[in-house]
Amino acid sequence: MSEPQDSAADKLAARVASATPEPLARRVRGLSDRAIAWLFISPTIVLLLAINIFPLIWTIYLSFTNYKANRINRPIEFIGLRNYERVLTDTDIWHTLQVTAHFLCWTMTLQVVLGFGLAWLINKQFKGHGLWTTVILLPMMLSPAVVGNFWTFLYQPQIGLFNYAVSFVTGIPPSSFQMIGDVNLAPWAIVIVDTWMWTPYIMLICLAGLRSIPDYIYEAAEVDRASKWRQFWSITLPMVLPFLMLAVLFRSIENFKMFDLVVELTSGGPGSVTELASINLKREAFEKWRTGYSSAFAIILFVTVFGAASIYVKALNKVKQR
Amino acid sequence: MGAAEPIAVPSGSKRTRRRLLRRGPWENAATVIIAVGVFMLMQPFWLPLFTYSFITILTGTIMFIVVSHFPD
Repeated sequence: MSEPQDSAADKLAARVASATPEPLARRVRGLSDRAIAWLFISPTIVLLLAINIFPLIWTIYLSFTNYKANRINRPIEFIGLRNYERVLTDTDIWHTLQVTAHFLCWTMTLQVVLGFGLAWLINKQFKGHGLWTTVILLPMMLSPAVVGNFWTFLYQPQIGLFNYAVSFVTGIPPSSFQMIGDVNLAPWAIVIVDTWMWTPYIMLICLAGLRSIPDYIYEAAEVDRASKWRQFWSITLPMVLPFLMLAVLFRSIENFKMFDLVVELTSGGPGSVTELASINLKREAFEKWRTGYSSAFAIILFVTVFGAASIYVKALNKVKQR
Repeated sequence: MGAAEPIAVPSGSKRTRRRLLRRGPWENAATVIIAVGVFMLMQPFWLPLFTYSFITILTGTIMFIVVSHFPD
């Protein structure tokens, strides 16, 4: 069965070899395996350097200068650590990081509780659980721009379904409150949308953790007459915890960088109550044109994400070792 | 079956260094420093903590990169 295939491959190789110009073929024949390997991966490395590493190094350089991208003829002055000093003593930046912290803490808490709960229910393997898994996973598959756009309609005080749902449950008139326009409610509006969109992701990872627990552990616990509560605390939770930690770390890093969904929903308003760090960074860079200053802020955010990613990799290795 | 090779016993200082420079505890320490730095960056209580958060995170991250090359 494999002989005709081998002969076809040999024929193809012979055709390629005959089509290769002789000087090039002679040069390649003299190369070691290692050199040929480097030859193949060098385009990727060059591309990676050009797209990832060069902009990073350029941003680090700009963070030490007073460069403004809208005044390209102005001479660039090296100002040392002054941009970092300004960013790290700026109360507006401090405020945006507190807004980010509020967003991060609440989305993570809600997503973990709801995601784990949903995974636990889906793991019960009830009738139609496959269909429900697909339905629950739908929000995660949508684009943040789409989600932001239709939640803006859902939050409309006059026609929005969300206000009518709240009104139905609590009895408050639907047009008496504005989720996006109110200073107190807007931070919660973005938390609700992110939770709606990303709880399925936590659920999916928790479900993988729950499915990895072998049945014989529960059978042994049953023999030892352990209660369901005891089984949950001593078997289920410890065995799902590494998976859950991984999901939380991954989502925390993503939410720390959150931009698109919130811009689509509130654009950082009203005032600056939903202005997350990345939204503020974009404003500093492309509305106020403080390129050097915003580069320093970007590097601070980058180092923070890099530090968190190191912890993420460590957690990942621990999960792999299990 | 020739004569058995003598087993190389590391000297006292080498053994102490090996015991001290183990990856696990140092990585844990770096992780704690990064976590403290992130808390300092996002806390709403005191501005000076925010000011020194970046240097704390940077220290933790560089430490993590260095100690991840230590032996297990």
